[in-house]
Amino acid sequence: MTPWIIDKIKYLVGALFAAIFLWALFWTVWGVVQEPPAETAEHAMHKHPEKLALASDGPLGKFDRRQLQRGFQVYKEVCATCHSLNLVSFRNLKDLGYTDPEVKKIAKDWAVKQPVFDEKGGTWGERDNAPADRFPKVYYAGTGSPPDLSLITKARHDGAAYVHSLLTGYNQKPPAEAVKKFPEFAKTPEGMHFNPYFANLNIAMPPPLTQDGQVTYADGTRATVDQMSKDVAAFLVWTAEPTLETRRMVGWVVLGFLLLATILAYGAYRVVWANVKH
Amino acid sequence: MSFPWAKHYEPKNPVMQWVDSRLPLPRFVYNAVGAGYPVPRNLNYWWNFGVLAGVALVCQLITGIVLAMHFHSSAVGAFESVNVGIMRDVNAGWFLRFAHANGASMFFIVIYIHMFRGLYYGSYKAPREMVWLLGVVIFLLLMATAFMGYVLPWGQMSFWGAQVITGFFSAIPVVGDWIRIWLLGGYAPDDATLNRFFSLHYLLPFVVAGAVILHIWALHIPGSSNPTGVEVKGEQDTVPFHPYYTAKDGVGVLVFLMVFSVLIFFAPDYLGHPDNYIPANPLSTPAHIVPEWYFWPFYAILRACTSNFILDAKLWGVIAMFASILVLFFLPWLDNSPVRSGSYRPAYRIAFWVLVADVLLLGWCGGSPAEPLYVILSQIGAAYYFAHFLIIVPLISRYETPKPLPNSITEAVLAKTGA
Repeated sequence: MTPWIIDKIKYLVGALFAAIFLWALFWTVWGVVQEPPAETAEHAMHKHPEKLALASDGPLGKFDRRQLQRGFQVYKEVCATCHSLNLVSFRNLKDLGYTDPEVKKIAKDWAVKQPVFDEKGGTWGERDNAPADRFPKVYYAGTGSPPDLSLITKARHDGAAYVHSLLTGYNQKPPAEAVKKFPEFAKTPEGMHFNPYFANLNIAMPPPLTQDGQVTYADGTRATVDQMSKDVAAFLVWTAEPTLETRRMVGWVVLGFLLLATILAYGAYRVVWANVKH
Repeated sequence: MSFPWAKHYEPKNPVMQWVDSRLPLPRFVYNAVGAGYPVPRNLNYWWNFGVLAGVALVCQLITGIVLAMHFHSSAVGAFESVNVGIMRDVNAGWFLRFAHANGASMFFIVIYIHMFRGLYYGSYKAPREMVWLLGVVIFLLLMATAFMGYVLPWGQMSFWGAQVITGFFSAIPVVGDWIRIWLLGGYAPDDATLNRFFSLHYLLPFVVAGAVILHIWALHIPGSSNPTGVEVKGEQDTVPFHPYYTAKDGVGVLVFLMVFSVLIFFAPDYLGHPDNYIPANPLSTPAHIVPEWYFWPFYAILRACTSNFILDAKLWGVIAMFASILVLFFLPWLDNSPVRSGSYRPAYRIAFWVLVADVLLLGWCGGSPAEPLYVILSQIGAAYYFAHFLIIVPLISRYETPKPLPNSITEAVLAKTGA
């Protein structure tokens, strides 16, 4: 005979845990009733990124090399002033269709130089970039801390669509109704810019793409703000994973092989079990 | 340790004869996963998942060992060695990394299905309690391994995950803070933390492998359970593991690899969190700190404790979270029904599916922000979770009238196939 208490202890422990959670439930519900959760400014004003279609989307997607080159041009002429691209090397640009001499020239002409330490003199100097170098770090003294852009499309929900929407989302005012509820949004703080696609709604980055034709594309594409944002978003999809196309190509081969192997394995299974009911 | 009609190993090849008479390793393998292990003939596809877990473990070991060759275990170098070195410069490094990260998810998918199969078919009951207990030990080891592995890329979620999880220990009264500092090797996650996590992340999978051997050993004493829950009565109830179940598991392994490949090659970041592509920054807390999906049900239980109840709410959360796993150790003695399979237990079967729904609900809440709606649902879900194991299952096992069991596995099979 198991002593009574050993037999019943499971019910006691179960009841204790259930009681703790129901007790917490009671107070949570009580709290919600006493003080219904107020709508937050983020909830009232934040917008999800607009859909963006890129050539690299989907399991069959391939990069549009000309678009990547245009996007790189936008990065170089606009973004690079404040944002680094430190996980990417100049030599990687050959993927975009640039030749060796072109990559060499891009590296050499890059505005930010590579820091070098002089062991003899104990001082820091700098030299021109070479194709083997990574894009140099950018040191920014102003308000905010511009993130490195190498992985930005992987580091934000909806990656490329977010970049495109953020870059084109500046000329919007907070909805009048929302401002009534959150009067602090009537006036954007000094040095900040309202952007409904940014998590905090007010972003330190001034609108980077302000007018059509800000960049002159070599391939004759009309450089509207929308076009430039799309191109740079496409480029940043590439910087986040330059091996994207290889990954998918290998994937199709692997899946094809596995499908064939599965059919054979299933056939083998049927043959082996043919005379055994199960 | 096996049925009397199990085939005996008789090597025909002289080399194998030579080896077997000196070291009976071929015999050991033959009796473990070869023709020498008789298995019930009626296992369904849910029984594939044990072998699949083994395959997942081997995948993780192989990709992990190669990744470790390219990984810099330091707070300064870890993020870069993963996101530049491995992802861009190492040949097929992107494959190794995505295979390892998604391999962890595949491992947990397989393990959870394997565990729920055990719950439904009563595989934890006598004489297989030891198999179940070792399984829970493996599950705990895997959770520890996966958590420490997630810290290694040193992204934002890695850092803040380590911060939150080690923070559990500071809930322990009096010595809590001291234990936390001892675990981290400092006041916050840093080099010391990263290095010890790397060391343990490399060690624990081999401990898991050892526990897996014990798990299989314990399984081979009574032999595999089966969907009817009726024990094997004679030779007509079993087939040799090889070629019958090697062929069936072969199909399962290939389907598993196809699902795995879809994740690796077409949606490698789908199960991850974008914030882990941001380098760890001790000065910037992410808006929502969430663990990987496979911890969500337990994370929901942790966060559901929001009110003090004699003890501090935070301490209750930690106790409840650990208790939610430890309760599984007692399951063989909480469920006293002599009938194993849920197919013959009408009330238990309902309770089982409600538990599945409850765990999914908890998982959904654990992955959502800590807003009142999700907290309320987690509290209901958590209360039910404990009630299921400690109150509902014991009561069902006492009062339920099971359906009549078939006399033997063969009888059940013949009835089903209409022969």
